[in-house]
Amino acid sequence: MNLVVGYAGLLSVTHAAFYGLGAYTTAILLTSFGANFFISIIFGIILAAIISFLIGTVLSKFKGDYYALGSFGFNIIVFSIFLNWQELTKGSLGIPGISRPELFGVDFSNNFNFLILVLIFLGLIYLVSRFVVNSSFGRVLEAIREDEEAIQVFGYSTLYFKLAIFVISAGMAAIAGSFFASYITFIDPSSFTLMESVFILVIIILGGLANLRGSILGALFLILLPEILRFVGFPTDIAAQMRQVVYGVILILFMLYRPQGLIGEYKL
Amino acid sequence: MKILETKNLTKRFDGVHAVDRLSVGIEKGGITGIIGPNGSGKTTLINLWSGMLLIDSGEIIVGETEKFTRILPHQVYFYGITRTFQNVRLFEQMTVLDNILVVLTERNVFSSLFEKHTEYHLKKAEEVLQKIGLWEKRNQLAINLSYGQRKLLEIARTLAMKAEIYLFDEPFTGLFPEIRKVVSGIIRELKQESKTVILIEHDIGLIRELCDYIFVMDEGRLLTEGKPEHVLEKREVIETYLGE
Repeated sequence: MNLVVGYAGLLSVTHAAFYGLGAYTTAILLTSFGANFFISIIFGIILAAIISFLIGTVLSKFKGDYYALGSFGFNIIVFSIFLNWQELTKGSLGIPGISRPELFGVDFSNNFNFLILVLIFLGLIYLVSRFVVNSSFGRVLEAIREDEEAIQVFGYSTLYFKLAIFVISAGMAAIAGSFFASYITFIDPSSFTLMESVFILVIIILGGLANLRGSILGALFLILLPEILRFVGFPTDIAAQMRQVVYGVILILFMLYRPQGLIGEYKL
Repeated sequence: MKILETKNLTKRFDGVHAVDRLSVGIEKGGITGIIGPNGSGKTTLINLWSGMLLIDSGEIIVGETEKFTRILPHQVYFYGITRTFQNVRLFEQMTVLDNILVVLTERNVFSSLFEKHTEYHLKKAEEVLQKIGLWEKRNQLAINLSYGQRKLLEIARTLAMKAEIYLFDEPFTGLFPEIRKVVSGIIRELKQESKTVILIEHDIGLIRELCDYIFVMDEGRLLTEGKPEHVLEKREVIETYLGE
């Protein structure tokens, strides 16, 4: 998402949808067709790429707040499909029994092996992202973020650049979704709501827009923070709510005093 | 030879004619001034030439052969047209160097993914940044430059392109005399290189000094045209433009 929001400046909240597409592709292929996990990842990427290409073409007509609103709409549509296409997704009942990956006899059903596999994929995605942002393409994305009309006059058809990064990042979100489905072994639509997209957006804003390490830092910070807050000693009957309050206050303070996030290079 | 022309070019905003059936022709290889009071349609004309506004009617002709009734911003680059803006439009949260490098590299999406800037790109960027005295500030964000430096960087960005036609929209506005000299020097150099410069400017002294030919616009129409020494003496120009 940082590639789309931080580098290209497109305020998109579609990622939970693509994450969900990856998760459902893996869940359906594994449970109904007995496919290999890694093959399901490829199918998830292809599906996310096709849908992101179509929706990206439509969203590219919008700018600024309208882009964000359009992406809201898309996320809600996809969520509704997950919820209501019962024959395929089993609706709110969800899909249980999703198996863990296995490759060349290596079983990833124990958590440690699974962690190693996720870290390998995280490393690969990080390297691909770095390759993208360090290329001339990455620089054009930043120019689009700064002044789309101005960069067009210099010969860049920005529609194609925006579309390309949207498709690339949707593919990456689909990979994350596949891992999520396999890790939890059960998915239902509640994991892919608009709030999930907002949560991912908060991660990248907090970590730092237009900074890849910022995304990882933001994720670590926001995932670990509630766990750390467990040890603060809030009375048990209000602990959960208080953790949410502290979590919210920290976010507000960041927005007020460090809008570029922890190590960001760009202010919204 | 006419390198850029308009035939009956018209642009309306909410019924108001910003450019009204305008027919002008710009000679290749000279400095052409476009003058006129505020709201006379000068910037609208440049926006039409650079594809930033869609044409309502009429046409634009580039190089006597390419005729357009519709041209998009990213297409004008391929006809050798580049421009600056009346209000400076830099890529603010990018470095000075990146502001130049970005216009030097691949236009194709796929090729640009597999391209990194090369020594050639860096050399070209250094050349234009040295020319405007901003090489030392290459790693600063554009947003942190002074107004004059920002104007210079915007001009440098056009110099980095292999353009034939340079559209400069009030490049001298708000500049110190020292920086004005730098900008005048750049415009003269472009002329020596047989490039075509189209200059919107309010400073009549600069128009006299730099331009080979001028067009005077008023209310979206062409009031008169000719060599500066003749045009600026005309009664209607003095009345309309200078308000005397």
